[in-house]
Amino acid sequence: MSGILETKDLTINFGGHTAVDHVSLSIKEKELKSIIGPNGAGKTTVFNLISGQLKPSAGQVYFKGKEIEKLPPHKRTKLGIGRSFQITNVFPNLSVLENVRLAVQSKENIMYNMIRHFKYFSRLEDEAMGFLEKVQLDKKADHPAASLAHGEKRKLEIAILLALDSEVLLLDEPTAGMSLEEVPDIIELIKEIRDERDRTIILIEHKMELVLNLSDSIAVLFHGKLLADGDPEDIMKNEQVQSAYLGGDIADA
Amino acid sequence: MELHLTLIFNGIATGMLIFLLAAGLSLIFGLMSVLNFAHGALFMFGAYAGTYVYILLGGWAGGWSIFYFGLGLLAAAVIGIILGFIVERTTIRQVYGDHLRQILVTTGVMLVVMELVRVFWGSNVIQVGRPQVLDGRTEMMNVLFGHYRLFIIAFGVIVLVGMLIMLKKSKIGLVVRAGVENKEMVQALGINVRRVFTFVFIFGTTLACIGGFLWGPYQGQINPNMGMDLMLIAFIVVAIGGMGSVGGSAVAAILVGLSEAYMAYFFPPGALAVNMLIMAVVLLVKPTGLLGATR
Repeated sequence: MSGILETKDLTINFGGHTAVDHVSLSIKEKELKSIIGPNGAGKTTVFNLISGQLKPSAGQVYFKGKEIEKLPPHKRTKLGIGRSFQITNVFPNLSVLENVRLAVQSKENIMYNMIRHFKYFSRLEDEAMGFLEKVQLDKKADHPAASLAHGEKRKLEIAILLALDSEVLLLDEPTAGMSLEEVPDIIELIKEIRDERDRTIILIEHKMELVLNLSDSIAVLFHGKLLADGDPEDIMKNEQVQSAYLGGDIADA
Repeated sequence: MELHLTLIFNGIATGMLIFLLAAGLSLIFGLMSVLNFAHGALFMFGAYAGTYVYILLGGWAGGWSIFYFGLGLLAAAVIGIILGFIVERTTIRQVYGDHLRQILVTTGVMLVVMELVRVFWGSNVIQVGRPQVLDGRTEMMNVLFGHYRLFIIAFGVIVLVGMLIMLKKSKIGLVVRAGVENKEMVQALGINVRRVFTFVFIFGTTLACIGGFLWGPYQGQINPNMGMDLMLIAFIVVAIGGMGSVGGSAVAAILVGLSEAYMAYFFPPGALAVNMLIMAVVLLVKPTGLLGATR
């Protein structure tokens, strides 16, 4: 086992349909790996298997050499695997700051010490504020999350993931549904997190051109199978990828 | 004018007691999505257990003493904690996410608890007096303000403010508010929602038991039907106020308390009908309730 996160022959069937078919991936520590593929290739399903929303029909998921495919999602989060969802997932009626504070709390595992010194509480808020500054949402800390623009919500999601202090970040199409002007901002943010090199990032993306410059390595899924896995140049040159992914789905790419 | 002041005063006091019952129900409903039909029976059990301590000890000491009233209140709270823990662990926990089974199972718990009340304390009405210190009245602007009612209002306000501060400022309060919005995501953040469920269920049951105990001296009696009577009103309050909203429960409880007070004076048989009407109107205008979270 060389990677921080590995899957071995990961497979899941829904009825007769095999959505993910013997996928073996290895993600190195501190790298940014992108998983790309056309719609329905099984990208999000792979994420669900890694984060625990789904249990595999066969195959294993290893985190730091330990088998984790049977653990419930909250335990995997505690181990250090944090994920974002394709559909934006923030608490709309909580304030922006509270959204992040919840994650800070969870990481510190102190929920049950309800009576604690007040200074301790304000330290939680300060810490949450720090993450908001990182994603440039500090000025909106007191707004309800529902009032944020779509791109800002995705930033808030990333702040929540950062606050969880996850060693591995699973980002499911962070640019999905964004307006064109919002996309460079979020890409820039992901670049910054990558350049700090203290986290492993796995990124699902539909649009190949977004990840070419961003990724250390790219895995291509097609009809649930792993088609190719390598550094961006190899993937670019790979003929199978070109015909299956780029050629077969050119309208979307 | 005096009449209206009296009715408003009485209505707020009644509303505060209903609030104690409904607040727990609303949180359990909003956070855990559990339809708890046993809530009224637990309320009644708290009333009997607390009153037992109040009367038994007070009887020896001769008279309705505030000290034994306090002990009764404490006993009701302790019973609430114990009952809440047992019921959540043994039954509610098995049926999360399954409304039909929740209705069946909590109805079962309701029947068992109601029968236990009859086994322990019999089916007769038990007369309950107010503690002497709180039995008086003060006249102001030609209106008589009963001291026990003032006490109830003060108690309710303290509980309400305490709960609001806790929800707003404490760590577990934030988890509860987030959980009302989206349980799955709270779990995705690495928080064990089940433990918060247990806590909230115990908290709600304890509030109900305390409310039940305070109800006795308020009405002058407790009886084995009180749980059922108030259960329906509590559900109406939860629907009006919005599931999972403590502030909404308080507003709705006072609204219902006022309507009860006015109807009891002008046209007693219509009390329930008017409450239903308020609920229907609120739900038509805002289906999530007055202060319910919009999803």
